[in-house]
Amino acid sequence: MTSIPALSDILFYVFAALTLGCGVLVVANPFSRNPVTSAMFLVLTIISMAGLFVLLHAFFLAAVQILVYAGAVIVLFLFVIMLLDLKAEAVRKVRFYGLMAGLISVGAILLIFLKSLHRTPIGADAPPAVEGSTEALGKLLFSQYVLPFEVVSVLLLVAMIGVILLSKKNLD
Amino acid sequence: MKLEFISLAWWILFLPLLSAVVITLFTLRSRVVSSLLSIGAIVIGFILTLMCIHTNGFQVNVESTVDWLTIGDLHVDFGLKLDALSLMMMLIVTGVGGAIHIYSYEYMDDDPGKARFFACLSLFTFSMLGIVMANNFVEMFIFWELVGLSSYLLIGFWFEKPSAADAAKKAFIVNRLGDFGFLLGILMVWEAHGSLNFSTLQGLGMVSTVAGLLVFCGAVGKSAQFPLHVWLPDAMEGPTPVSALIHAATMVAAGVYMLCRTFFLYDADALQVIAYIGGFTALIAALMAMQQNDIKRIIAYSTLSQLGYMVMSVGLGGPVPAMFHLTTHAFFKALLFLSAGSVILGMHHEQDIWKMGNLRKKMPITFWTFLVGSLALSGVWPLSGFFSKDSILGQALAQHSASGDLLFADGVFIAGLTTFYIFRLFFVVFLNQEKSDAAKHAHESSAVITWPLLVLALFALIGGVIGIQGIYRYNFPAAGEQPANFAAALFEPFAHSPVAATLGLLAFAIGIVFAFKLYGATSTDPLPAKLGGLATLMKNKFYFDEIYEATFVRAHDAIAAIADWIDRWLVEGFCIGVIRGSTDLTGRGLRRLQTGSLQTYAFLFVLGVAVALYFVLK
Amino acid sequence: MHIGLEQYLTVSFLLFSLGLLGVIMRRNLLVIYMSLELMLNAANLALVAFSRFNNRLDGQVLVFFIITVAAAEVSVGLALIVALYRRHQSAHVEDLTSLKL
Repeated sequence: MTSIPALSDILFYVFAALTLGCGVLVVANPFSRNPVTSAMFLVLTIISMAGLFVLLHAFFLAAVQILVYAGAVIVLFLFVIMLLDLKAEAVRKVRFYGLMAGLISVGAILLIFLKSLHRTPIGADAPPAVEGSTEALGKLLFSQYVLPFEVVSVLLLVAMIGVILLSKKNLD
Repeated sequence: MKLEFISLAWWILFLPLLSAVVITLFTLRSRVVSSLLSIGAIVIGFILTLMCIHTNGFQVNVESTVDWLTIGDLHVDFGLKLDALSLMMMLIVTGVGGAIHIYSYEYMDDDPGKARFFACLSLFTFSMLGIVMANNFVEMFIFWELVGLSSYLLIGFWFEKPSAADAAKKAFIVNRLGDFGFLLGILMVWEAHGSLNFSTLQGLGMVSTVAGLLVFCGAVGKSAQFPLHVWLPDAMEGPTPVSALIHAATMVAAGVYMLCRTFFLYDADALQVIAYIGGFTALIAALMAMQQNDIKRIIAYSTLSQLGYMVMSVGLGGPVPAMFHLTTHAFFKALLFLSAGSVILGMHHEQDIWKMGNLRKKMPITFWTFLVGSLALSGVWPLSGFFSKDSILGQALAQHSASGDLLFADGVFIAGLTTFYIFRLFFVVFLNQEKSDAAKHAHESSAVITWPLLVLALFALIGGVIGIQGIYRYNFPAAGEQPANFAAALFEPFAHSPVAATLGLLAFAIGIVFAFKLYGATSTDPLPAKLGGLATLMKNKFYFDEIYEATFVRAHDAIAAIADWIDRWLVEGFCIGVIRGSTDLTGRGLRRLQTGSLQTYAFLFVLGVAVALYFVLK
Repeated sequence: MHIGLEQYLTVSFLLFSLGLLGVIMRRNLLVIYMSLELMLNAANLALVAFSRFNNRLDGQVLVFFIITVAAAEVSVGLALIVALYRRHQSAHVEDLTSLKL
């Protein structure tokens, strides 16, 4: 009797399919070339990815992903799209060279990745036991990785300043 | 004593060079200072030479050297060799040269380039003394080329005249052809004997005929023998003192000097060839002289003819008669040229003999000196030319061979022709009626011109009996003995080789009779009518120049055109074009990479990463 | 089939390729940027998967930092795009040709 796959496995396939499908639709939407559509599908992709994170027991990261990525980054994207009032991409002739270039490069990278994956023996070892809980992550973050943490906060400050500067209409 | 003697020689050599350098660098503007510097250098050189001779006489053989080059087995030094041969030549160069320098002071007086002239004259004196004093082939070759350069500078002195510039080029190029053979000969001598020093070589004996003839090529070029004789008549484009100094007394004599200096190198076959070339040159030159109408050209062809005599003499086995004739020739030929210069000055730079006439009345001193010169050239006893020419003719007879007799007959015939053409000149220029206004207004030249003429005339008169031949015998002991006293010296040729002496005088007699009959009282040239086509041939120098032009010059131009084509199309067009084109294409191709398109860059980026990953993960 | 590391990694690789395709093929600046975010997410997934299957939390910490930096980067990048739009009045990548020789 064929074993019924575990729930986690089913969920994995579902979420993986969602991620990849929405990813495709972000990049190449046959129905609409509107960037807003791409942004929407990006949100869906990110949410599916959060699901995958949960399946990997990285709970904190799943939450952060939705909060920051879907909540802030994509919103920012949408703000800019609306600000610039971008219309649908004017249909310009699909460059043959562009298509070919894309397929070749992607094909090359993919080939290398998949081949290396095949070759490397990744066996199913002891069942994983680490939980990506907030407490565990926080402990690690504020003990071992406290320096990068502080540096990242400075980075955010710098980014803010940069954005303000770049958005000025005229520099005087 | 000896040390002082040697250092004098170095001074003699380098004073003219010093004068040339000082004039060129500092005093080109001042004509008086330049000319005095130059005259001073050579006159001091003459006095120092006299001192050398006074100290040790002629019977010396010393060398003073400075180590110069050592290449493998070859040791070349820079040295001065003083023996009878070189001392006599030094006397001629500084003595006759000094007279000509003084003469030039007046002759070139109205020329704006007078200072440059004296600088070139000094350079020439330095080079000529270098040839004469050189003690090895390399040094001699260097000075050989320097003399050629000085000749170029002096022939082309009036370089704005195209004919002068062309003549200078011609002289230099034709000389170069001879020098090429000379250099090959030197190399062969080195290969055969391993040394290039004259003293060393003298002990080592002869080289192959080919090597000897190649060395002779140098003399063919420098002394204008057939077939390289074409430059000498054109060299008359230079000022008259230049013609006198370089193309009569010294530079052209360098070839003969070299032959005598290296006489021990030539074997019998080479000497045979040398004799014939000399004899042939003498013959054609004399024939060509018979129909020339420019006073300097006639004398130039005469020089060619006499050089042929000298070369012939070397070929007949006797360097002593050749050097003897060289010395006397220096006297009377310089005299003839300088007298001609005086005539030209008096005629306000007119050189066509058919425009002159009756200059005997107007220029008496020049008339007498020219007469002395002509008689010496024709070989009239007791003038110097008789003794030297007779010694050559006697030598031909003494061979007792068919070729010797042939050359003797040749020599006698040429003696007759010589008399004929020089007295043709003499009668037309100095006797009869004036043929133009310039002749009517001619006047004698000043003392600065006439005194050198008188001094040279004196030597032309007595040069045969003052023992020059004896001096040369110090170098070549096999050449006979000295006559006992002055009276014996006077009549020595008749005792030594009576046939030659009498036939020589007979040739003179016949020549002058013919000349008088044809030219004694005429104002146009009667010879073309009598000889027709032959006269035209003579006048046009047997068309040698035209033949050379049609063959060698054309061939050379064709080769040059081909080389030009190769350079322009193959090397420049093809090779450089290929390189240029491919660089261009590559550049254009590479430029396509700089599209400015973000996505192209991203694509290339990814490709690069893929390649890198491939090699890392292999 | 047991879901192991390889499956997660395959998903990650495929997502990365999709992002790459988007970067190279699409010509709207914002869509290109979004594809870039896709690539970053793929990297995040791979890191989390490794962290889980190697029993270490360090991968997750790294992902934390990556998300932060990505946020900062997006803000700056969008500010740039806005500035560019003001300059060229278009958000089309073919109009950005200042680097062209």
